Parts: sequence; structure tokens; C-alpha cells
Amino acid sequence: MIIHFTLNGENKNLDCAPDCRVVDLLREELGHTGTKEACGSGECGACTILVDGISKLSCLMLAAQLEGHAVTTIEGMSKGEELHPIQKSFVEKGAVQCGFCSPGMVMATADLLQRNPSPDRKEIREALSGNLCRCTGYQKIIDAVESAAAEMRDDA
Amino acid sequence: MNSIFLPYKMGDLWEVKQKDPEAIILAGGTGLLVFLREKGLHPHTIVGLENLWELKQIEMQNGEIRIGAMVTHQQLLESPVIQAQLPGLHQAVTVLGYPPIRHMGTIGGNICTASPAGDTLPSLYVLNAVAELRTPTASRLLPIQDLIKGPGQNVLGRDEILYQIRIPVPSPSAVSFYFKVGQRKALAISVCSLASMLQVAEDEQTIVDCRFAWGSVGPTIMRFPGLEKNLIGEKLSLNKLREFGQTAASMVSPITDIRGSAEYRRMLVSNLPSKMLQTL
Repeated sequence: MIIHFTLNGENKNLDCAPDCRVVDLLREELGHTGTKEACGSGECGACTILVDGISKLSCLMLAAQLEGHAVTTIEGMSKGEELHPIQKSFVEKGAVQCGFCSPGMVMATADLLQRNPSPDRKEIREALSGNLCRCTGYQKIIDAVESAAAEMRDDA
Repeated sequence: MNSIFLPYKMGDLWEVKQKDPEAIILAGGTGLLVFLREKGLHPHTIVGLENLWELKQIEMQNGEIRIGAMVTHQQLLESPVIQAQLPGLHQAVTVLGYPPIRHMGTIGGNICTASPAGDTLPSLYVLNAVAELRTPTASRLLPIQDLIKGPGQNVLGRDEILYQIRIPVPSPSAVSFYFKVGQRKALAISVCSLASMLQVAEDEQTIVDCRFAWGSVGPTIMRFPGLEKNLIGEKLSLNKLREFGQTAASMVSPITDIRGSAEYRRMLVSNLPSKMLQTL
């Protein structure tokens, strides 16, 4: 079946199998390996992407469900070499260790900050509560989200 | 899987179901896609309801709140009607999953999955929710407890879908409560949960109506209308609710699983009603 959607602003018209999952379409068909798959069952948040700006899990969606929608993945966050403020804060605050959870963390943060530009630490924890990190713990990630929020509000 | 359909019109949905009565209905996908993968199942046809606009509405009509089957948990969370009129259900969706799951998962999916741990179910039971089921030619109304048969089982016919949930607007003086005990705060399958609704007379003591529904302690949501009746007319007190909890605990047969032992669950059944009073 042919599906039409935009991926990070680019039009895509693709032929894919009816049972193809979005995470497989992104990684295997399109070579966008920034989106990670860990649990494959919606319990870890590693595969989080934005669909029409809303965070969703690409391991629990079928490619056909993208028809007519706008997808943003981690690859669409930076502008060329210029990192997105969320990405910059993750780097600056040391919120990345092995990096496997980072794309999902960044996408979940993007969803949070467009709903709530000034979250407190409790709200940040709740927003990222389903994104698992097995390396470094969560303090630095929460620091990074706080700092990104301030940067994006331009009151840093 | 050979085909997937995402119809925009009810007529197109029925056409798919007519051609392939075995077509699997896809709501938010957060349960179904995990289930199909775990079991290695490859259904011939999947038909998703996500583009059916009429299934995505929350509205007030004839003293009822009507919630379309494809209303997402996020929509429930943000709805001023749900926040104001059904605070217990609102509370339930705040502890359901985490943001992306709430953006995808739907109330209809939560109901039809019929998990004893389904987070919206205990609240729907105490709200006396009624499900409207539709076929291409007919519609029928069924109290929520009659729609759910057992773990993972509902009474939907082959050519039937859950269309919407109807909830009578509770009395403004009723207080509602949802509490979930999980192994962690987010993204937890409940070990035991309790939804309740309580209404006291103007003396602020005498119980005039009360309903309690526990999750995760039986094959489906557990409610004991006989026990509830015994509380009506009584003065509300911590001791009364402790006694009530103890009797309820003697009537459930929870299982031991990776999330908790039967004994621990029984203790929670007993303790949660009095916890409600402490949080009011």
C-alpha cells in the first residue's frame, strides 16, 4: 500500500506492507536510525516520535496510520549543524551517557515544552515518567529539560 | 496481515466488517499491537477507528455525559466536562500510563480490552456507565459490567463495535475517588485499585449513596452492591469503612502474580476504602 506523509518537513510517498510498524519504516526503510527501539511494547519510551506535534510511540503504530500526518523524529530537531535548544541542554548538562534513551527523551521533552513552557521539576518528572534511562539516572536529564525550557522562553 | 483500513465513515467501516467478519478492530493500538506481537498473530484484516470523527467526541446530552469510544485518555484528561463532572475518572487517567500512551490509548480500547487492571474501569463501574454498542443496523445499551465478561473478554458481537459510553451526571454533592497501588508511580499495571463514589446527607455524616469498585483483585472489576446497601443510612466514620473493607476483602479471591501476592492484594482491598476517607 502507498502512504503519504511528511517526515521532518519532507514529503514522502512510500509503498509499505500493511503490517509494517512505524519504527521499522523509519529505521529499516528510511535509514532514520535516530529513533530507537528497546522494549517494542510501549514500556520504555525509546521510540517516541512526534505525530502532528504530539508524542507517540512508533513501536505501537502501523505505517498506514501515518497517512496524511506530519512526523518529526530526532533527525528533524536540529537545523543542519545547529542543535535544537533541547539537544544543546542535554549536551551541556551531561544528560547523555550511552545515548540510547536520548532521542526518546528529547522528543518527550519537545512535547512537554510546547504544552507547558515553564514546567517545574515535578511536571518534568511526570512528562518523562515513561522514558527509561538505564545509565546515568534522571537528575541531569531533568536539569537539562529545565535549562532548555528557560532557554526556549529566552529568560536563561 | 493482508490489509489495513482506516475508514472516515461508519458506512465504510461496516463494509470492511461485512467483507471480513474476522477483521480485528484497532483503537489506540497500545494494547492490540503488543498482544498481536506477543502471540505471533497475523490477522488477515485490521480496521482502525481513528478517523471516525463521531467516535472522538465528549458531549453532554439529556443529563448524560457521552464519551465516544475513540476519545483518548489525553482528551479525558484535558476535558473541562470530565474535570468538573467526573473527577474520579479524571484522576484515573492522570495515573494511566504516561504521556504518549495517553495520546494514543482510548477509553473504548481500555474497556474492550477488559483487563481487570484497566485504569478507567473501576471509575466507570461506580459511575453506572452504560455502553452503546452498534451494528450496521442496530444499537443496544448495556451496563458496563454486562459488556465485560472476564479477563480479556467482552460480549461484542462479530459485526458490533463499542460506539460510546454514557454516564449519568453524578449529584453535585457526590465525592469521587480513585486510588491505584502500583509498583512504581508511572506506567504501572495496578496491583490493586479502588474507585468510589460517596454521597452524604446535609448533616455531613449520614451516607445516602455509596459505590465501590476494586481493580486487579478478580477476573474483572469487583463491586459488592449488597455490602454497599448496608452502608446506606449509617454514619460515615473511619471504623465503618474499615469494617466495610474487611468484609469486602473476605469476598475477593485475588491471585498471586509478579506484581503482588494474593495476601497483599487482600490487605489492599481492606485498607483502600478507609484511605479514601483520609484523603477527602
